[in-house]
Amino acid sequence: MAVITYREALRAAMREELQRDENVVVMGEEVAQFNGAYKVTEGLLKEFGPKRVVDTPISEAGFIGLGIGASMLGIRPVMELMFWSFSYVAFDQIVNNAGNIRYMSGGLINCPIVIRGPGNGGTNVGATHSHTPEAILASHPGIKVVCPATPYDAKGLMKAAIRDNDPVYVMENTILYNDKGEVPEEDYIVPLGVADVKRVGTDLTIVAHGRAVITSLKAAEILEKEHGVSVEVVDLRSIRPLDEETILASVRKTHRALLVEENKPFCGVDAQVAYIIQAKAFDDLDAPIGRVSSIDAPQIYCKRMEDEQLPHAARVVAAALKVLA
Amino acid sequence: MAKPAVLTHPESLKKPAGPSEFAKHPVNAALSKAEKVALYTKMARIRHFEQRCIRTYQQGKIGGFLHLYVGQEAVAAGTISLLGKHDHIITGYRDHGHGLMVGMSMNECMAELTGKVTGCSQGKGGSMHYFAPDKNYWGGHGIVGGQAPLGTGLAYAVKYKGLKGCCLAYMGDGAVNQGAVHEAYNLAALWDLPMIFVIENNGYSMGTSQERSTAHPGCLAKRAEGYGMAWDVINGHDVYEVRAKTDAAVKRAHEESKPTVLEIFTYRYFGHSMADPDKTYRDKEEIKGYRENKDPVLLFENELLDEGVLTPATRDAINEAAMAEADVAAVFAEESPDPTVADITKHIYWEEDNRGPNSTSRGTIIFE
Ligand SMILES: Cc1ncc(C[n+]2csc(CCOP(=O)(O)OP(=O)(O)O)c2C)c(N)n1
Ligand SMILES: [Mg+2]
Repeated sequence: MAVITYREALRAAMREELQRDENVVVMGEEVAQFNGAYKVTEGLLKEFGPKRVVDTPISEAGFIGLGIGASMLGIRPVMELMFWSFSYVAFDQIVNNAGNIRYMSGGLINCPIVIRGPGNGGTNVGATHSHTPEAILASHPGIKVVCPATPYDAKGLMKAAIRDNDPVYVMENTILYNDKGEVPEEDYIVPLGVADVKRVGTDLTIVAHGRAVITSLKAAEILEKEHGVSVEVVDLRSIRPLDEETILASVRKTHRALLVEENKPFCGVDAQVAYIIQAKAFDDLDAPIGRVSSIDAPQIYCKRMEDEQLPHAARVVAAALKVLA
Repeated sequence: MAKPAVLTHPESLKKPAGPSEFAKHPVNAALSKAEKVALYTKMARIRHFEQRCIRTYQQGKIGGFLHLYVGQEAVAAGTISLLGKHDHIITGYRDHGHGLMVGMSMNECMAELTGKVTGCSQGKGGSMHYFAPDKNYWGGHGIVGGQAPLGTGLAYAVKYKGLKGCCLAYMGDGAVNQGAVHEAYNLAALWDLPMIFVIENNGYSMGTSQERSTAHPGCLAKRAEGYGMAWDVINGHDVYEVRAKTDAAVKRAHEESKPTVLEIFTYRYFGHSMADPDKTYRDKEEIKGYRENKDPVLLFENELLDEGVLTPATRDAINEAAMAEADVAAVFAEESPDPTVADITKHIYWEEDNRGPNSTSRGTIIFE
């Protein structure tokens, strides 16, 4: 298996799908001639030409809406948002149109669109550019949301998303773009809605998604070395559909759960996960479910404080010890 | 697709621009020597502040995005120099020049960039989110085009209160394609608001040249006609011209309560932000042409030297003082403290920061 970056994995997924299906189109601000604001789409214009790889003006409501419309007629657009934060400009298209059309047409229409881009904080760019909208978007039936944490998952989920016949929103993370990992060269997908046990353990289950998985793995390491605790880390990978079985199976084994995410706490993804655990595995729990989210405030600019605001390993370790107490 | 209106014809980049045709315009003729020196000083201060920012960024003390205003100084300087007590401004993320023009200190501006509690937004906003409402400066907005409706609301409030004032909302040439901008145009025109939309056309939105982003009827400002609004185009390398033509729009706002769209041709010397290596989408020769022959600070300097308002000695003194001021700001920023973890959850709600017996809300509002 080749070792490539998260960025290269995403690019490989798009390249392979562009090759596989002539209806796949990549579109967004600076994706073509500039090779992508974060260079995820680098080289695609050169390889596939301007019909397949298209630069757009700064008109998110317009071009995302256009992509949704084109998807209704069988185009499979892979739309880049330079940041998921900018999706708020196109919220009506993303939620009202893409999310509702199939339902409102009684199943006559579907929207096989992918919208992708980084949806993360931690890069010192302030509140307007640091939103993590996976919980908001996943709260709308009709929409699918995935958050890959590793290069392997990034490629597999992206390919599954492109082949999927519903709107799939892929939340990437700029901090992970340079992370390296093993990725098969042959064709594979990671189906949406399948969680992955990233570390096997017996004393505590940590449920996380996106970069919080990486943070949790670091914390698990510390908990093992310094506290002799065996932690299992479940990576959701997909927010909606959600793999309830893998979460519950792990909790039934360890009897303790800590939920870690980079969202703000109110109605975060973990609010739903906590509900599911208490509803379906209440008798298996030996302690109240613990939770680590971002400190509840708009994203602060000051880098040192932003690093405190986001979940970090020390905070996860402290919360884990509380659940284990 | 329509060709862009190139006010600065490529040929003109090959020779130095001559004296301003607008030096004798009443709004400029009315300036005293001291006022002219003050205007020049402000432009020089923006230039030196921005150049000091580059160093601070390269030293790793500023993170995130840093969008520089170098090359565009005459736009903020010319327009803002005309404004009075009830006039307001709002802009996008390329917001340092406007901040210094309204009178923000270099110290608070630099400290904000380094995320310190002494910054204008206490280290919470950063480069893209400067604010100084006490100076009628309403930001500093990171989302392209988002400031246009806000500015229209400021104009609405000024009119509602019966004040003789207006609002200038600045945006880039890429921002004109946002729906919010068009919706703001319509509202300003429909409701006769004292509003001036200022398009700072520097030719590029990130790596996209204007002709690759925008369909238009000859120039960007002309889209105003679709809303029945007045419009004008301005050479933004000449601060006298910026003042002369903006003055007409300010009068239209103050006296007739009518909106205007101004397109000011300008140029940025550095990449879109410090993260942009600026290697692929424009010509080195083009940048050189602007720097050498269209530089707004240099052109105004020459103008004032010719007028006998500046001497080489006073010019040098002004520039040295501005550089020294920027150095002091860098030290101030360096030595200032960070906000604390407890500060993270302050300034979210007015009510939380001002709780009293008459508070109108109860219950948990910040969650764990
Ligand atoms: C809604 C939204 N989309 C995209 C961006 C990313 N972005 C920031 S600045 C910019 C280019 C804007 O260019 P222009 O309006 O010409 O202003 P300039 O930077 O030249 O001053 C882009 C695409 C953003 N901040 N907000
Ligand atoms: Mg521009």
